[in-house]
Amino acid sequence: MIKDSLIPGVAAVASVRADTPDVKTFRILTPEGKKPFEHLPGQCAMLSVPGVGEAMFSITSSPTEKGYMEFSIKKCGCLTSWLHTIEPGQQITVRGPYGNSFPVEGALKGKNLLFIAGGIGLAPLRSVINYCRAYRENYGKIDIVYGSRSKEDLVFYEEIVGEWQKEEGINVHLTIDRAQEGWEGHVGFVPDFVREISPDTDRTALVCGPPIMIKFTLAALKELGFTEEQVYTTMELRMKCGIGKCGRCNIGSKYVCKDGPVFRFDELGALPDEY
Amino acid sequence: MSTYRIREERLPALFEETAKKRKLYLPTDTAEGVAAFLPYREGMTLTASLNTSRSAKDLFFPQTETLADFKVSGREIAVVDVREECEDFLLFGVRACDVKSFEILDRVFLAEPVDSFYKNRREHGTVVSLACASPVETCFCGTFGIDCADPEGDAAAYRWEGYYYFVPLTEKGEEYLASVESLLEETDDGPVWDAKGEIYRKKERLPLKSLTTEGFGGERTKELFDSEKWESLSEACLGCGTCTYVCPTCQCFDIRDFDTGRQIRRYRCWDSCMVSDFTKMAGGNPRPTQKERFRQRFMHKLVYFPAENEGIFGCVGCGRCLAQCPISMNIVKVMKALKEEKE
Repeated sequence: MIKDSLIPGVAAVASVRADTPDVKTFRILTPEGKKPFEHLPGQCAMLSVPGVGEAMFSITSSPTEKGYMEFSIKKCGCLTSWLHTIEPGQQITVRGPYGNSFPVEGALKGKNLLFIAGGIGLAPLRSVINYCRAYRENYGKIDIVYGSRSKEDLVFYEEIVGEWQKEEGINVHLTIDRAQEGWEGHVGFVPDFVREISPDTDRTALVCGPPIMIKFTLAALKELGFTEEQVYTTMELRMKCGIGKCGRCNIGSKYVCKDGPVFRFDELGALPDEY
Repeated sequence: MSTYRIREERLPALFEETAKKRKLYLPTDTAEGVAAFLPYREGMTLTASLNTSRSAKDLFFPQTETLADFKVSGREIAVVDVREECEDFLLFGVRACDVKSFEILDRVFLAEPVDSFYKNRREHGTVVSLACASPVETCFCGTFGIDCADPEGDAAAYRWEGYYYFVPLTEKGEEYLASVESLLEETDDGPVWDAKGEIYRKKERLPLKSLTTEGFGGERTKELFDSEKWESLSEACLGCGTCTYVCPTCQCFDIRDFDTGRQIRRYRCWDSCMVSDFTKMAGGNPRPTQKERFRQRFMHKLVYFPAENEGIFGCVGCGRCLAQCPISMNIVKVMKALKEEKE
């Protein structure tokens, strides 16, 4: 019988890294030690613990990582709490990849890029950032604006300061919501920080974070002169199948799992405001 | 096209013969007093009701079905593919509305990536439709361009003056009729036209015959979404989901796990956009009140589905929701109210 998308494969957790007090990054491989499947930056996959549940997560590793796949997961529900208890060697299930991707080989090619993320919202963008770093010659200047509640809540902090910040042509702008001891950097919310930085409007922006942060960031970008056609985001709604059949992740006639998760703001604006 | 007939009193023999070669499902009266498609048993007769209480979708998209089993031992997991080739079966007496619903379900389940569970049943199922001799006041299939006098399917059946007439419409249909040909006699199609004529005369008297789809479809998404009518229309909705379970085109499902004690069974089951936790996430719910959930169901059928499917609406006018909603709300009332607002 033909392969069915709803029947997952087995994956083994190779390593678990605690990024923040409530975010862990899981590296997964097939039982044979290979990357489960190929994907594009921005695509997602269904992870499950049989008996606990299954949910959609963005793939945070870049497709250019040939040996493994990574997921950065915030502890916020039943399945994610269970995932946070597991140790390397534990098997889970995985199926995918699902959805479209950021147009890294299309509209984004040759452009100056502005990544704007809040909290765990950096997880899907990390895949794109590292893809662009791997094919650096295909992209212009890269700015990354990233904010979190506190210094401890900045996901991938080691990678940001250890790799991204050190690379020529990449500017990283970090901010945290409230001042804290040992933090010399910027303090304030992401949308205000974007206004302060006032990036040139020749950039294409990729925004991801909590819904409220996305809304205010888009408003800030518009004030600065960005058009909706210049701004991409990636959406998250409840999903069960991942292939546009179970009927719950739609925004109007579009399914986030199949037609998204990546949308340009003008595309999103044409849909009913229900997300 | 060839036409075949059998005397009405010979139907039991036809069912017996049919059931010898494949599993047969008939719309029959159950002990509970409702009409339902049930596996044929000797002596079973067709219901006199126009339609079954639940739709015929159950036979292709069952209420629950196993997707996979997981054997968990320590930290290791083995996935067990439990799929089996479905046995051949035949649905007899499906109404034009329900036959049309299969085409709508096909557009969901057979779209890439194909749902192998559904495809398996579709491939092994043969549909013999039956023209509606007496459409009733809740019927409005004509609104969606469906002709209850001339149903689709693999073969169509018509009842006229003591005979059942059969017209094959597909290869599967021809193959079926050939398999029972010893019981059939070939005839001309005159009586089929007589049967249709009689149904058309009855259709003229149906109260919902003037309902049209004008004003619905993908082009008016935002305008209809923002209508103020949703508030009052949804006010009394209990969110019970009855409309979605009896609906032949509602196809939303949930996927859940069940610990059998020996393994974890992953199954899917019907779900309903009318219930509160359908879209609930750890971070909130994009459809927080019954108004949004109610709106979703009707927007899906009248706007979102046609937007992505060449204008085909996600309703077949079977009237089950009209007959079974506990608060008497239904798609006809919704269409009328939204049209009123436009005028």
